[in-house]
Amino acid sequence: MDYNKIISKKACSIKPSGIRKYFDLASKLGNVISLGVGEPDFHTPWVIRREAIKTLERGRTVYTANPGLIGLRKAISDYVFKRTGVEYDPEGGIIVTVGGSEAIDLTVRTLVEAGDEVIIPEPSFVCYRPIVELAGGVPVIIETKEEDGFKLKAEALREKITERTKLVILPYPNNPTGAVMSKSNLEPIAELLRGTDIMVLTDEIYSELTYGEKHFSIISLPDMAERTVYVNGFSKAYAMTGWRLGYMCGPKEILRHALKIHQFGIMSSPTVSQYAAIEALKSCDEDVANMVAEYDMRRRFLVSEFNRIGLKCFMPEGAFYVFPCIKSTGLSSDEFCEKLLYSKRVAVVPGTAFGDSGEGFVRVSYAYSRQHLKTAVEKIEEFLKELENAD
Amino acid sequence: MDRLLKLLKTNARLTDAELAVMLGKTEKEIAEEIAELERKGIIKGYSTVIDEDVIAKDYVTAIIELKVTPKAQVGYDGIARHIAQYPEVESIYLVSGGYDLSVTLRCRTLKEVSDYVAQRLATIDGVVSTTTHFFLQKYKESGIMLISEDEDERIMQ
Repeated sequence: MDYNKIISKKACSIKPSGIRKYFDLASKLGNVISLGVGEPDFHTPWVIRREAIKTLERGRTVYTANPGLIGLRKAISDYVFKRTGVEYDPEGGIIVTVGGSEAIDLTVRTLVEAGDEVIIPEPSFVCYRPIVELAGGVPVIIETKEEDGFKLKAEALREKITERTKLVILPYPNNPTGAVMSKSNLEPIAELLRGTDIMVLTDEIYSELTYGEKHFSIISLPDMAERTVYVNGFSKAYAMTGWRLGYMCGPKEILRHALKIHQFGIMSSPTVSQYAAIEALKSCDEDVANMVAEYDMRRRFLVSEFNRIGLKCFMPEGAFYVFPCIKSTGLSSDEFCEKLLYSKRVAVVPGTAFGDSGEGFVRVSYAYSRQHLKTAVEKIEEFLKELENAD
Repeated sequence: MDRLLKLLKTNARLTDAELAVMLGKTEKEIAEEIAELERKGIIKGYSTVIDEDVIAKDYVTAIIELKVTPKAQVGYDGIARHIAQYPEVESIYLVSGGYDLSVTLRCRTLKEVSDYVAQRLATIDGVVSTTTHFFLQKYKESGIMLISEDEDERIMQ
C-alpha cells in the first residue's frame, strides 16, 4: 500500500515540532542534562492529588457534561472574575477542555474559514501555526524583536491587518521569550481592534507565573471581552500538565459552536482531573505562590549567570524560560544547540523552533532544581570557552 | 519563613553574592540582613546535613519517648535542660500526646544506647517511663532527601 498517496495533503504538510528533534537526539545520546522541558518540575500539590484519589475511590469515573462539571465551571468563573473583573456565565460561557491546547484548537476551528488570516506573534509556542493551517487558515506572522522585549507592538499589528484578518493570537506571558504584555502595552492593541470584527485569542496559560507586576488580561479592557476568547488551564500554575485540563471562556455565541466540536471530538475532559481541579482553585493559592517564588529565584540566577558567561540575556517577566542571545558565538541557534548537546550533553532548544525570529537565541527552561541549573551553566561556560579557544 | 531563611535552610553555603542575585538585592543588603538575623538569635548556627550511612556504619540513632512528672517551679524545663546537656543527645522536644519528651540519641552501639537509657535517663527524678525506638533507615533529613529521587521522566515540549 502506498501510504504517501492516501495521507491527506494537510496532514503531510504539517512539520513536526522543532523541539522534538533535540529531544530525540538527547534521548539517543543518554546522560543528558536537559534544560528543554516545558513543564514544572514540582509535583502537583498533594491536596489536588488526594482529591483525585478520593474521586477514584468513590467510583466517579463516568463522563461529565460536555462543557465540564458545573462545579468546576463555577469555580473557573469565580477565578477569572477575581483576576480580570470579567464575569463569564458557567452556563454557556465556559468550556473545560483537554489542556489549553484543545481550547486553542477549538477556537481556531470555530472561527477560521479557508483563506482567513490569523495573526501570530513569534517567537511563540509551536502549536498555533499548524492548528491554523489545519483549519485552512493562513498564518500571518509578526516577528517580535528583542529591543521591544519581544512584546507585540500596535504598529506592527496594524501593518498586518487586512480584510481577511479573522483572529489575532496573543501568547503572553510568552513561551519561549518570557515576555509579558502590561496594561499599557495592551491598550493600543485593543484600540486598534475595537469596532472591528477581528477576534482575539488570548493564551494565558502562564498567567500565574509572572514576577514583576501581576498579569493583566486584555479582556479587562473596555469592549474587549466580547471580541476575545480567553484560554487558560491548570498545567503550568498548578503543576498539572499530565492531567490534561484547560478551559476557554468567551462569548456564548462562539462557545455554542465550539462546544459541538468538543462534544464530537472529545466528549468531555477527564473526569478525575476535573474534580481535582476544583480543589486546585479552592485551596492552592499558597502552593502557587511558593512555586512562583522558587521560579523567580531561578530566573534571577540564570539571567545573572548567562550574562556573566557572555551570553546576553534580558530579564524575562513571566513563564519559566530565559531566552539568551547566542549571536556572540557566531553560530546559528541550531548549530549552537547541536554542538552543545554533542560536546557537553546539555540540551537547550533553538529559538528557531518557535519561529524564524527566534534565530540567534535559545530557550532555556528553569523548571529544574537550582543545583541542576548550576551544573548546566558550568557546562555551557566550558563549552563557550572551548569555542573561543578553537577560533 | 522569609525567602532568605528558606534558602539558607536548604543550603547554608550560598554566598552573599548568590543570595543577592536570587533575591534581587545587593550583597551589602544580604550581609546586613544575615547579621541582623544572627544578632536577633533567629539564625542559631549553620550545620551540614550528612548522610552518615555513606561514610560510617558504626553508629546507632534512637528516639526515646519519655513520660515525666513535671517538677514544681521548673516544670518540664528542668528535666529537659538536664537531658540536653549530654553530648549523645542530638535533639530534645516537649511534645503533645501519649508521652512528654522526645529525645533523639546518637551512640556508637546498641549497647551504648541501652546503657544510656537505663543508667542516665530512667534514673532521673521525675522520669516515669521510657520507650526506645531505633532508626532503621533515614529517608529525609532537614528537608533534604537522603534517598535518590525519581528519575526525571519529562520530555521536551
